[in-house]
Amino acid sequence: MLETLKTIELTPFILSFKLAGITTLILFVISLPLAWYLSQTKSKAKPFLEAVTALPIVLPPSVLGFYILVVLSQNSPLGQFFDETFDIKLVFNFTGLVVASCFYSLPFMVQPLQGGFESLNKNMLEASYISGKSKMTTMLRVALPNIKPALMTAIIITFAHTVGEFGVVLMVGGSIPDETKVASVAIYEMVEIMDYRTAHIYSAIMVAISFLVLLGVYIFNHKQSKKIGGFH
Amino acid sequence: MITIDINKKLYGANGEMDLDVYLEIEEGDFIALAGQSGSGKTTLLRILAGFEEAEGTLQIGDELWLQGSKALAPQKRRIGFVFQDYALFPNMTVEENLLFVKQDRALAEHLLEITELSELKKRLPNTLSGGQKQRVSLCRAMMNRPKLLLMDEPLSALDPTMRTKLQSEILLLHKEFGTTTIMVSHDPSEIYRLASRVVVLELGKMVNDGTPKEVLLKTNGSQKFSFEGELLEIVKVDVIYVAIIAIGQQLVEVVISEHEAENLKIGESIRVSTKAFAPTISQ
Repeated sequence: MLETLKTIELTPFILSFKLAGITTLILFVISLPLAWYLSQTKSKAKPFLEAVTALPIVLPPSVLGFYILVVLSQNSPLGQFFDETFDIKLVFNFTGLVVASCFYSLPFMVQPLQGGFESLNKNMLEASYISGKSKMTTMLRVALPNIKPALMTAIIITFAHTVGEFGVVLMVGGSIPDETKVASVAIYEMVEIMDYRTAHIYSAIMVAISFLVLLGVYIFNHKQSKKIGGFH
Repeated sequence: MITIDINKKLYGANGEMDLDVYLEIEEGDFIALAGQSGSGKTTLLRILAGFEEAEGTLQIGDELWLQGSKALAPQKRRIGFVFQDYALFPNMTVEENLLFVKQDRALAEHLLEITELSELKKRLPNTLSGGQKQRVSLCRAMMNRPKLLLMDEPLSALDPTMRTKLQSEILLLHKEFGTTTIMVSHDPSEIYRLASRVVVLELGKMVNDGTPKEVLLKTNGSQKFSFEGELLEIVKVDVIYVAIIAIGQQLVEVVISEHEAENLKIGESIRVSTKAFAPTISQ
């Protein structure tokens, strides 16, 4: 058993986690101001922005992947610009995967954060404003520290969701070993070549990791809600 | 001198309503804002804080906070605001809540000492009682030495004993800092104790403005006692009718005539007055 495990190629998993880590980091930076804006704005553009943000949940990954290919491939103006100016290719490599994942997982970061911000006591935020604090300072020092469960959910779910993506990755990245062959794609390939043993092992690892991650989040949130029970 | 001259359309429970207030306030005054719920008291406070838009003029000393519809941001007004639900920052200790407003350790220490909170300064708000939280909130509001202190029913969530204690502390702070204060309150004894002037709003308009004595004391002529109460029940005992009335926290029985019994409705707000020539007071 141990011998078999040793022969298992772990690169797809490392690639998956590297992709998920980078995507989560980028999305956190992008989503924080976006979620804050959505939670505070009374603008008529809000439903429009919310719908756009939620699109990746509804769309088939193939649609998303197709559009990303169209916009980022070397035949497109954007792809051409990046290729000629920075010598960066945006599809069929790891960079392309990161860009695609950021689109794909955006709602999983924005929505929990927005929900967290919206549940905060408005008076508390106003108390910060009359103390002379800007919206930015209020978000970072008052709002964010008080939505820890939502923050935790956003980060973990985004991470886990990126690890679990398949369709978009396959379309935008293909299956280049050590570059774009992430765990989910590797499993797909194992099944295709009828290497069920490896497919079983890979799948079991995915199930175990995903379950542990989710369990961790729910335990954390359970504890947090007990700790700040009196506060709404 | 503070001049308030504002106008705003409100869409409340009573339909559309015009909030229309003109007030001149001397610096250092303590104003109580009274009136039924939905009369626009809280909205007026929120306009003063800059949380809500309005048309008109707000002049505080030589500063203009509102001119037409051009408003100064809440951040630039230097006001203190005490909310009914305390609105403390749960992630900060008592001391940090104060220092968040301004890094003035000496002032923070002083305020915590006056309000007897020094020993609790390292505690998080969620471990405090309601009265303690509201004292922290009061201290926090004083941290930027506000030009105007606004309080929205600050004590209504507290029990009577705690209320009296907090009233003393509010008085103490008002004496020491001389901050011009506007407080929304429903409690006549609280208003009488704290305020130097009462403004009563009704459906967005000012209907009464005077000293607490003028506005609140409801006796007239030779009446010596007069209480507002709620009629709870009318009981017929043999040939007489007895009305059970809730006055504040007390229930009293008053004998009424058959004619009165027919005209009164349960739940009505009524006034009980008497000509008492030699009342006795005991402890």
